[in-house]
Amino acid sequence: MNKELYFDNAATTAVDERVVEAMKPYFSMTYGNPGSMHTLGLEAKEALDSARVMLARFLNCSDEEVIFTGSGTESINMAIKGAALALQKKGKHIITQKTEHPAVLETCEYLEKQGFEVTYLDVDVYGFVSLEKLKEVMRLDTILVSIMYANNEIGTVQPIKEIAEVCKENKVLFHTDACQAAGYLDMDVKNLGIDYLSMNGSKLYGPKGVGILYVKSGRPLSPLIHGGGQEYGKRSGTENVPLIVGLAKAVEIADGEREREVARLTEMRDYLIRELLKRIPKSLLNGHPTKRLPNNVNVTFLNVEGETLLLELDQYGICASTGSACTSKTLEPSHVILALGRPYEVAHGSLRFSLGRYTTKEGIDKLLGILPETVEKYRMLSPVHLQESQI
Amino acid sequence: MNMEEKIQLHKDVEAKVESKKWFYSETVKEHFFKPKNFLLSEEKAKEADAKSDGVGQVGSPACGDMMKMWLMIDRESERITDCKWQTFGCASAIASTSMLSVMLTENGGMKIEEALQIKPQDIAARLDGLPQRKFHCSVLGDKALRAAVNDYFRKTGQDARVIVGGAKVIDKILKITDKDIEEAVLEGAHDFETVQKKTKVGVYDKNCIPEVEQLIRFYREKYFG
Ligand SMILES: Cc1ncc(COP(=O)(O)O)c(C=O)c1O
Repeated sequence: MNKELYFDNAATTAVDERVVEAMKPYFSMTYGNPGSMHTLGLEAKEALDSARVMLARFLNCSDEEVIFTGSGTESINMAIKGAALALQKKGKHIITQKTEHPAVLETCEYLEKQGFEVTYLDVDVYGFVSLEKLKEVMRLDTILVSIMYANNEIGTVQPIKEIAEVCKENKVLFHTDACQAAGYLDMDVKNLGIDYLSMNGSKLYGPKGVGILYVKSGRPLSPLIHGGGQEYGKRSGTENVPLIVGLAKAVEIADGEREREVARLTEMRDYLIRELLKRIPKSLLNGHPTKRLPNNVNVTFLNVEGETLLLELDQYGICASTGSACTSKTLEPSHVILALGRPYEVAHGSLRFSLGRYTTKEGIDKLLGILPETVEKYRMLSPVHLQESQI
Repeated sequence: MNMEEKIQLHKDVEAKVESKKWFYSETVKEHFFKPKNFLLSEEKAKEADAKSDGVGQVGSPACGDMMKMWLMIDRESERITDCKWQTFGCASAIASTSMLSVMLTENGGMKIEEALQIKPQDIAARLDGLPQRKFHCSVLGDKALRAAVNDYFRKTGQDARVIVGGAKVIDKILKITDKDIEEAVLEGAHDFETVQKKTKVGVYDKNCIPEVEQLIRFYREKYFG
């Protein structure tokens, strides 16, 4: 696998070699249970503690506010269900928006079945929620707002700080899904004014299957997993020390390289967008031209179905991803592209290229050398000939 | 080299294949990368519109699948002597149409009556299987064929032979038909709850629920049994 041709970093990233090295001792050498009182246990505890310190520094919070979990999805479930359960006497209304990750949407749908009420805010053509709308839908029984920091499909970065302010004015708690944002955007929870934040390691060159939930001190959270009382009683179960150490190492590296990496990726992102739109007729950018993640490119090629392009690119060793119906379990095209007000025709032909640490200009040029002809091939095979003006 | 030659050779790609894993069967791969009997370009499609004995088009770009099929039919023997197509859709939709065109034209061409007996399962079987949620792609090919044959019947004044797949309204309030339920089952909704989520059937017209449940069982057995 040529990492330069891997344009699916928003799905998951390769684990950085330095992270692998950092994790190694904790599998079969320092394998103790951090809850044990002997030396081996204390050594594991020490590793766990320093990982927590590292993450607390990253988020500008205190150690006890960092809870280790088993994934981004778990953190999100814990935050939304945990806050809802703890606050249900106060109210049963939750606000979120339509382009959230399924981890949020499905959790909200589950809560609706349990008697909660959820408002799903619309977004504009770029995928932004409106602060005015948010203010309008706030109610006395609203207990939680959950709005993602950056979107995984189209990279739209929401005005998180302003959203947090609206929540504070209304005395409503605020959770944000920051799984795509970590490593690229400001993660200072004090500055942002966030109550709960979910993130994971698998988009950050860290291991999969480990996440964190930041819970601001004093904020209510009913635990979902009961047992031995680990993680301040909020998430029981023996801590996954090697993966936690790996996550901390990954965050440390990403934080150190952030400024340079954001500049490098932004330049490549803009180059790729510009060239795709120039070289391939009838192509449309999904999301905002600049207010998007530095690594996200999402383009629709009219009159072709995304999956065909994905599979043909795969034959050249190029990995991308699609929001097309045919690759989803439900056969519905991307709920995110549809939420932008784009018609179904546009949603079917979208491809996402997410850049990363190992992306190079040469890799992008190779992609640009192959894609126009691939699109042309499937357009020639297609009986559909929509023009941009019809969209 | 023009696109047609490129597709037939599939040269660039085969030289560069790095991935050893493939989501579909090898036969789907063959028919996706090197499809047979396709019409490449709008001009060729226009020519075919004018000279074909039967033309059928089904699906829509909004649904993510659209297929057009052109047939040449020998009046005497009623054999399909040529079949061309264009498809907008995923890999399995392209491979299904390609395979269907081969089935229709191999061994001197299939007789119309025989061709109309082809079931989506037959196409899927010749492709060495399709993943369950891609099964609806092979149904589209089947429908395009019916539409093209009907067109032939109409053009040749054999209106009595036109097959009408009349839809019956099941949900009286939302006007949901048995075809809509068939479609939902094909798209992977295999119980009442999921079919309702997709179609909203029975949300207001509660009386239709037993009939819907029966139809779901029927189509599940027909296509997946
Ligand atoms: C925005 C967003 N939220 C949540 C998740 C889920 O994270 P995980 O796969 O670690 O459960 C992801 C990644 O898939 C994501 O991109």
